[in-house]
Amino acid sequence: MLTADVYGAAGAAGLSAGWSVGPGGWSWNLLTDLRQMWAFPFMVNAFRAGTLIAVGAAVMGWFMVLRRQSFAGHTVATVGFPGAAGAALLGVGAVYGYFTFCVAAALVIAALPRAGRAAGGHESAVTGTVQAFLLACGFLFTTLYKGLLGGVTSLLFGSFLGITTAQVWLLFAVTAAVLAVLAVIGRPLLFASVDPDVAAGRGVPVRLLSTAFLVLLGAAAAEASQITGSLLVFALLVMPAATAQILSARPAVSLALSVAIAVAVTWLGLITAYYSPYPIGFYVTTFAFAGYVVAYVMTRSVRFAGGRT
Amino acid sequence: MGTSAGQVIAAPGWAGALTHPYFQHALLAGTAIAAASGLVGYFLVLRAQVFTGDALSHVSFTGALAALALGYDLRLGLFAATIAVALLLGTLGRGGRADDVAIGSVFSWILGLGVFFLTLYTTSRSAGNGGAGVNVLFGSVFGLSAGQALTAALVAAGICAAVVAIARPLLFASVDEAVAAARGVPVRLLGFVFLVLVGACAAEATQAVGSLLLLGMLAAPAGAAQRLTDRPYRALALSAGLAVAEMWAGLGLSYAVPGVPPSFGVMAAATAVYGAAYALGARGGARGSLRLPLTP
Repeated sequence: MLTADVYGAAGAAGLSAGWSVGPGGWSWNLLTDLRQMWAFPFMVNAFRAGTLIAVGAAVMGWFMVLRRQSFAGHTVATVGFPGAAGAALLGVGAVYGYFTFCVAAALVIAALPRAGRAAGGHESAVTGTVQAFLLACGFLFTTLYKGLLGGVTSLLFGSFLGITTAQVWLLFAVTAAVLAVLAVIGRPLLFASVDPDVAAGRGVPVRLLSTAFLVLLGAAAAEASQITGSLLVFALLVMPAATAQILSARPAVSLALSVAIAVAVTWLGLITAYYSPYPIGFYVTTFAFAGYVVAYVMTRSVRFAGGRT
Repeated sequence: MGTSAGQVIAAPGWAGALTHPYFQHALLAGTAIAAASGLVGYFLVLRAQVFTGDALSHVSFTGALAALALGYDLRLGLFAATIAVALLLGTLGRGGRADDVAIGSVFSWILGLGVFFLTLYTTSRSAGNGGAGVNVLFGSVFGLSAGQALTAALVAAGICAAVVAIARPLLFASVDEAVAAARGVPVRLLGFVFLVLVGACAAEATQAVGSLLLLGMLAAPAGAAQRLTDRPYRALALSAGLAVAEMWAGLGLSYAVPGVPPSFGVMAAATAVYGAAYALGARGGARGSLRLPLTP
C-alpha cells in the first residue's frame, strides 16, 4: 500500500528510489539540483506549499510553545485525520475536512474551562478523550471507505506528491489570513501569554484572545497537515519554535529564528525525500529534532562553562 | 487483518458471540487491559500527565514497527520502546514529571522515526504484512491468538497489582508533593516507577485499541470517575470498572454491527460515558477538591 504510494507516484514522475538514482542524480551542487528538481511542476508546488506551511506553522507554533499549549496543539493537529477521512467518505476534497475538523476541535478545547493547576487534569482528560474519539471516528471512516485504506498512511504521515496549484493558492490565502489576524492580535496575545493575570487586570480580553489563538492554531495545523500528515504537523509546530526559544529570549529574534528553522527544515526534508524512498514526514521531524538537540546541547554547554555572553 | 477476519466470522445472534474463540480471546485480553488502563489512567489524570500518556502511546507505534522491521516480535519492541522513553521523559523533567515542550519534541521525532520503520518494513520485507501499520495504529483485538491473549491478560494483571501496591504513597505524592516529600515519601522514585507502569500499560493496551486510540482508554474512564466521586480510592476503582464496562460494550457493539471496528466501539462507549459524567458533574454544582483519607 505505502510502497505503491511512494513508488507509484514517484515512478509516474519519472523517478526511481534511492540516493543518486534520481533524474541526473544528486550532484552536490545545490543550485543544479534545485533547478533539476524544479523541472517537475509537482516539486515546484511542493516547495511553494512547504514554504507557506513552514512559515504559518512556525509563527503559530512559537505562540503555542510560549503558552505551553502543546497538548491542545497536538490534539487540534491530530483531528485533521478524521476530517480528511470523513471528507473522502463524502467525496469532498480533503482540504475542507482538515479545516472543518481542526477548527471545530479548536473551538471545543477553547470552550473548556481553563483555570489553574487543579483544573489541569480535567482539561487534559477532556482533550485526550476528544482526540482519541475523533481518531477512532477517522478509523471508522476509513474502514467504511475501503478504497482509502492505501491512503491512511499518507493522511497520517504526509506526502508531498500531487499538490496542485489551486491548493497552493488556498494555502497562500490561509497563511496570509492567519498572519494578518496574528499581526493584529500579536501584541496583546504576547502580553496575555506571558502574564495572563496582569494582562487581564489591564483590561486585555484574555479569554477571547485564547479562543482566537486556538482557532488560528487549528487553521495553521489544517494547512500543515497536507504536507506532513496530521500526526506529524505537531513536529513542525513545536520543534522550530522550541529551538528558537532556546536560542534567544527576545521575542522578535526568536520568532524570526523559528520561521527560518521551519523553512530550512522543510526544504531539507523535501530535497532529501525527493532523492530517497522514505516519506517526507520522517525527514522533516528528524531534521527538526536534530536542530532542537543541537541548540539544547549548545546552550547547556555554554551555560556549563559559565560563559553566557 | 484481524479485524476484517473477525467481521467475516461474526454471525448474527448475541449469544453466539462467546462461542467464537476470537471473541473469547478479545474478551480475556480486553478486560485485563481495560482494568490496567483504568487504574493507570486515574493517576495520569490526577497528576495532570495525560500528555505524557499521549506521548508514550505514539512511542509504542514506533517501537512496534521497529521490532517488526528488524524481524523481532512486535511486543518486544512495544515494551522496550515505551519503558525506555518513559524513563527518558522522567529524567528530562523535575521530580519525574516532564516539561511539555520537551515531551512534544521527543515524541514527534519518534513518531517520524516510526514512519521510517513502517516504510522499511513494508518495502524491504517480502513477507511484510501491508496492514501492520494500520493494525498497530488502530488495534486488532479480534486478531489475538489464545497464547497472546493469555500473555496480555497476565501482564495486565501484573500492572494492576503493581498500581494497587503503590497506590497509597503515589496518591499522597500526586496530591501534595511537598508534604509527601517532607514526610519521607520517595516522590521522585515513585514518579519513575509510575512512568514505567504507564509505559508498560501503553505497550499492553496498544495491542487492544491501537497506539492512536489508547489515550482514550487512559483518559476517558479516569476523567469520568473523577467527575463522579471525590473519594480517591472509590474513583480509582470506578475508573477501572468503567474501563472494563466500556471495553465490553465496545466489543459487543462491534460484534453486533459488522463493519464497526472494535476499537471504535470502545472509544464510542468511553466518550459517551465521559459525556454523561461531565453532564452529571456539571449539574452537581461546584466540585470540591479531593477528599483525602491520608495519614502516612
